[in-house]
Amino acid sequence: MTPLLDDVRETWRRDRAWDFLSPRTSQKLDFSHGTALYLEDISVSFDGFKAINNLTLYIDAGELRCIIGPNGAGKTTMMDIITGKTRPDSGTAFFGQSIDLLRLSEPEIAELGIGRKFQKPTVFEFHNTFENLELAMSGDKRVWSILRAKLSGEQRDRIDEVLVTIGLQAHRYTQAGSLSHGQKQWLEIGMLLMQDPHLLLVDEPVAGMTHQEMDRTGELLTSLAGKHSVVVVEHDMDFVRSIANKVTVLHQGSVLSEGSMDKVQNDPQVKQVYLGE
Amino acid sequence: MSSHTLIKGDRDSQVFLSLLLVVAITLPALNLLVPEANPLHVSTYTVTLAGKYLTYGLLAIAVDLVWGYLGILSLGHAAFFALGGYAMGMHLMRQIGERGVYGNPILPDFMVFLDWQELPWFWYGMDHFWFAMIVVMLVPGLLAFVFGWLAFRSRVTGVYLSIITQALTYALMLAFFRNEMGFGGNNGLTDFKDILGFDLHTDATRVGLFLASAIALAMGYLACRYIVTSRLGRVAVAVRDAEDRTRFIGYRVEWVKLWLFTFSAVLAGIAGALYVPQAGIINPGEFSPLNSIEIVVWVAVGGRATLVGAVAGALMVNYGKSYFTAALPEMWLFALGGLFVLVTLFLPQGVIGLLRRKESLK
Repeated sequence: MTPLLDDVRETWRRDRAWDFLSPRTSQKLDFSHGTALYLEDISVSFDGFKAINNLTLYIDAGELRCIIGPNGAGKTTMMDIITGKTRPDSGTAFFGQSIDLLRLSEPEIAELGIGRKFQKPTVFEFHNTFENLELAMSGDKRVWSILRAKLSGEQRDRIDEVLVTIGLQAHRYTQAGSLSHGQKQWLEIGMLLMQDPHLLLVDEPVAGMTHQEMDRTGELLTSLAGKHSVVVVEHDMDFVRSIANKVTVLHQGSVLSEGSMDKVQNDPQVKQVYLGE
Repeated sequence: MSSHTLIKGDRDSQVFLSLLLVVAITLPALNLLVPEANPLHVSTYTVTLAGKYLTYGLLAIAVDLVWGYLGILSLGHAAFFALGGYAMGMHLMRQIGERGVYGNPILPDFMVFLDWQELPWFWYGMDHFWFAMIVVMLVPGLLAFVFGWLAFRSRVTGVYLSIITQALTYALMLAFFRNEMGFGGNNGLTDFKDILGFDLHTDATRVGLFLASAIALAMGYLACRYIVTSRLGRVAVAVRDAEDRTRFIGYRVEWVKLWLFTFSAVLAGIAGALYVPQAGIINPGEFSPLNSIEIVVWVAVGGRATLVGAVAGALMVNYGKSYFTAALPEMWLFALGGLFVLVTLFLPQGVIGLLRRKESLK
């Protein structure tokens, strides 16, 4: 009995044991210090493998940040932690000054305004572009409400605005299934935008795109920065160079180097990791 | 929202409802007003047959709503149809009263035959029409809700869900076959005399039931049309095509499935309740898994996710069935299976899809 009790005491943090007793952190977003996302000393391991190792990373409000790193560097795990899919073993993650991401569920985090775009584009193929955006719109999503929902003029304008942003206004009534690969990716970014996110996590947006599509995507992402914080995980170095002012290199679960593309590329450590020099 | 705005600009709906209206006026008129000797006379048998087909049409719409739009392939929808039918059958049994073979004012014949002394509790109140009508909707709805609650919350999808719906209807069939269940066992419920005081064997009552079926079909169609043209309908299609994505956007996929499935079961129950007085019998055979599969074939033949296609499919396949089972009874199942294979291979959009394609080629 006693060892079990000890185990419980050890794993169950005292300060978290009675969740309702601890003061609820304010739910108001606060970017007053200019930083949107704080990840501090985060570690997480799966079966002994340290996927994230003392990772500390700050994302400014309105910044466009590219994250690069070899396979297994922890890029996807980092995204999973931010969106609440994976819980870290230790460390803190705050959204703005006041919101502790580690205490929120996936849908709660999504509702707060952290949108994530997965690698493979998934849009609703049988709906047209407009309807895809309509479905993604933030708002009451309970069954009864959506049965009676009608688009207001403002909501229509909002959808049209996003259609222009993602450059698909000519494809308003095109079935999403017949859009090109690149157009689907843009539509998906548009669907994220419909949820009015403060932080956009974008996973490999240009994989499988033509050069023209890449350029368009670059323009789109840069145009989003400023209004939103955008974090892009990407393998394509040319693309990263074309959009990023600040790049973070992850390696074995922690930050290896950070700074401008030129600085990062001339970093001897980065060269070693990437080129094996 | 009025029905006018619901079907405005939708040719399928306009054609379908107009046709239904024409049939609902002509058939009764030709039956009641034209003398029997006249070649234009429509027999009461035909009117009743048409009435049964219309209830099948309603059943097909119910399946199309969950399969075509929501992607839930239910292979057990006949169970909800049969439950609605049994509820109606129970009411009709209690209406027989002293006119039964044994003349017992309370107990239906089969209970007297089994030597039961009193009415089982679940037969109470079924002598009231309004109560029976509530049961007609409540029982299939409740079963669907509980079943869906368990299945959708544990995220059972695809072929696994189809299999358990099949198991559900099979289990119900076995249960209803048992005399101890109190639903007439093997023989089911039959020998109905009248409904709401009208003799079930007169032409006028038959025509009335036919008209009630037509009205139920039209209302059911409009209700489904309202759903599928709402944002809920678009979310349903989204669930069908990319369930995880829909959940990720923030929709409660389980609730969408649960409510639509329940609504569909209620529609199926109503269809069953209208079917039974026209068929004159309800027995456990209605629960047979084959029946549920047949409904799916109707919808596939007519065209999924079109609603009108489901009705067209139900009418065509059942017309074929009436013809085949009279001319070549042993061939029917082969014909049905062959039809399903052909439609799946060559007409994935069903007959409606074929018509639409022809039109767009013009």
